[in-house]
Amino acid sequence: MSFVEYSEFIQDGDVAIVYLGHDSMMPVKVQQGAQTQTRYGVIRHSTDLIGQRYGSKVTCSKGGWVHVLHPTPELWTVNLPHRTQILYTTDIANITMMLELKPGSIVCESGTGSGSLSHAILRTIAPTGHLHTVEFHQQRAEKVAEEFREHRVAHLVTVRNQDVCKEGFGVTGVADAVFLDIPCPWEAVGHAKAAMKKQAGGRVCSFSPCIEQVQRTCEALAAQGFEEISTLEVLLRVHDVRTVTLPLPDFGPDAAGETAAPPPAAQNHASLTCKTTTPPREMAGHTGYLTFATKPRT
Amino acid sequence: MADNGDEDAQYRIKEGDYVVLKRGDIFKAVQIQPKKKVVFEKQWFFLDNAVGHLYSTTFEIVSGGTLQPQRPKSTQSTCDAKEAGTDNRNIVDDGKSQKLTREDIETLKEQGLKGQEIIQQLIENSTTFRDKTEFAQEKYIKKKKKKYENIVTILKPSCRIMAMMYHGREPGKICHLRYDTLAQMLTLANIHAGSKVLVFETCAGLVLGAVMERMGGYGSVIQMYPGGGPVRAGVESFGFPTHFHDMLHEFPICHVNALLAGTLDTTAKDPNADAAQSSSTAEEEPTQPDPGQQGSPEEQSMDTSSGPDPPQDQDKEEKEKRKELKAQEKKVKMEEKRKKLAAAAAQLEGQNADGLVIASRFHPCPVLIGLLKFLAPSRPFVVYSQYKEALIECYTKLKEQGGTVNLRLTDTWLRHYQVLPNRTHPVLLMSGGGGYLLSGTTVATDNSKPAGSQRAEEPASKRLKLTDTEG
Repeated sequence: MSFVEYSEFIQDGDVAIVYLGHDSMMPVKVQQGAQTQTRYGVIRHSTDLIGQRYGSKVTCSKGGWVHVLHPTPELWTVNLPHRTQILYTTDIANITMMLELKPGSIVCESGTGSGSLSHAILRTIAPTGHLHTVEFHQQRAEKVAEEFREHRVAHLVTVRNQDVCKEGFGVTGVADAVFLDIPCPWEAVGHAKAAMKKQAGGRVCSFSPCIEQVQRTCEALAAQGFEEISTLEVLLRVHDVRTVTLPLPDFGPDAAGETAAPPPAAQNHASLTCKTTTPPREMAGHTGYLTFATKPRT
Repeated sequence: MADNGDEDAQYRIKEGDYVVLKRGDIFKAVQIQPKKKVVFEKQWFFLDNAVGHLYSTTFEIVSGGTLQPQRPKSTQSTCDAKEAGTDNRNIVDDGKSQKLTREDIETLKEQGLKGQEIIQQLIENSTTFRDKTEFAQEKYIKKKKKKYENIVTILKPSCRIMAMMYHGREPGKICHLRYDTLAQMLTLANIHAGSKVLVFETCAGLVLGAVMERMGGYGSVIQMYPGGGPVRAGVESFGFPTHFHDMLHEFPICHVNALLAGTLDTTAKDPNADAAQSSSTAEEEPTQPDPGQQGSPEEQSMDTSSGPDPPQDQDKEEKEKRKELKAQEKKVKMEEKRKKLAAAAAQLEGQNADGLVIASRFHPCPVLIGLLKFLAPSRPFVVYSQYKEALIECYTKLKEQGGTVNLRLTDTWLRHYQVLPNRTHPVLLMSGGGGYLLSGTTVATDNSKPAGSQRAEEPASKRLKLTDTEG
């Protein structure tokens, strides 16, 4: 298992995702001899996981069963331990496309946070790209570096524990793309420019929850000569598939003096059934604004 | 790994490159060809002068349609110490504020005045300009710039640009797939280097190109296609290096059943797709129109009598030669096609693909049910449809069938913002909808019924993807 390569069978040391049912999952570190408790009973790693194929059904001790899934950045995003607010797949997808990431891209990121976006970037830029990620919080930087090792992507990423607004990204003239998710992104715009390739230009993105942050960032970007500045917001809508039954009102007997009785089918419980979708009762109404820009060639 | 002179070359525009022209928010994909006249946004020009310049250079179109790289940012030439009003209480719309007539402006244009200069003239001849607020003045200049400035930027194609271009120019060709929806698809399907991905699309090749870009030439893509051949106009515009095409396979969807039943004969001389023509339409022109391969080379009376030819027979001989060549070519093409089919079949046979992406004008349900069989367990799939109802059907069917988890029917809502000092607000027009997605993950099917499902009719011919490995 690796986050950048599929494998068929579960091995000791893998991170597997146990799928318990609709919207209910848990990440599991697979270890010889270890056990994991679920609401369906115990999963014994040595017999139930190691050597099994990803995607198989695992019967737990209480007779219930779960599926074990191969990890992907998207599954990790919904299962990772939060050490900060994280970015979700909807924003990540747009960031990835709008930053034009692909295999071989050199990317700078700050802050690393819980590594939700980092995993998605690494998946996209492997096998020849590299991620330079900067996190000013020491424990968080150490923790995320450890996760990268466990997920077998450490060769693709360098974690630096420094303040991006003061010390930049630790590299100059190499990046194709820069991503900022920090409280004062406008203070890092200059460093972002310095980190990027001179001749090729490149793309930059800043994620901010507040519009005032966006305004200051856009001003800083324009002042530094960035072009194609564009701010957008994307919201995900989930549609729950349902079968609904709508009763039909009874208008009483037909006044046209019809002698025939109404057809028996339409008598007591006249209703129509149809498949539709219902919106969830609540949804995320805002995550943040995404501001993109292109660094001109210099 | 910093840039150096050697690497510099890859950032420069070369002859034969596929590029994208940009003016404002309008894009157009073209190929750089010598002396080729290009029409873009009511202007015509030649791209010859762009060769050798760096990508993302903005050019000015001067008379005769030649391109001239724009001088570095001509700072807003409007006088800085300008006066401006505070509101519009005294501005009356009498239609006489502009003292220049249409003819005057035409004359200016014919004199070969630069866009900048024309705008300056318009401002000087506008009686109300000085009374307008600063913001209104800015807006006025911006509007005039759009009209009179003849500039075009030349960009390197990318998935972002292509997706925005198609959505803006020809949404009908890509089933109204909005670019943020395409972004979701690539992410939800976990498209990445080294995997084996199935793609079924009728989006002019945009989705296929996007998938190929994300794979960077590593792994393989099998394009399942309807009709006589795959449509790849969009892929071309990406301008991929040649080796990207080595990873691309194609397989006619009309042979899927035969492949699953094990009755597909890839040694056949004539994998003729005429049976598949039923579903091909006028809007889809196969890149290689499938000739009704009936004529065997023998039938084509190749009477190659050798011997000294009288001059008057030269014409005839030429014709004969051409005929022979054609027949030869056809043979080679057929053989190639057969090889391709065999290669694609081999890729599919293991039923161990890593991802599935569907975006077509067909009903997604049969496509999804048919192609899911080729996926290994624990692999993501994503289906796009312009219509939600079609995906509701897919969802219901998958729930009945089992073999998938984590099903989600979603769409995204996209809003752009104008961000300017004291004038920040959402852009006035936003897209009404960019289609719907159904995504999920395959799991191992076993012989016991999935809990809580009605009995699914399992055709006996369906090969189980795997049997439970209960040691």
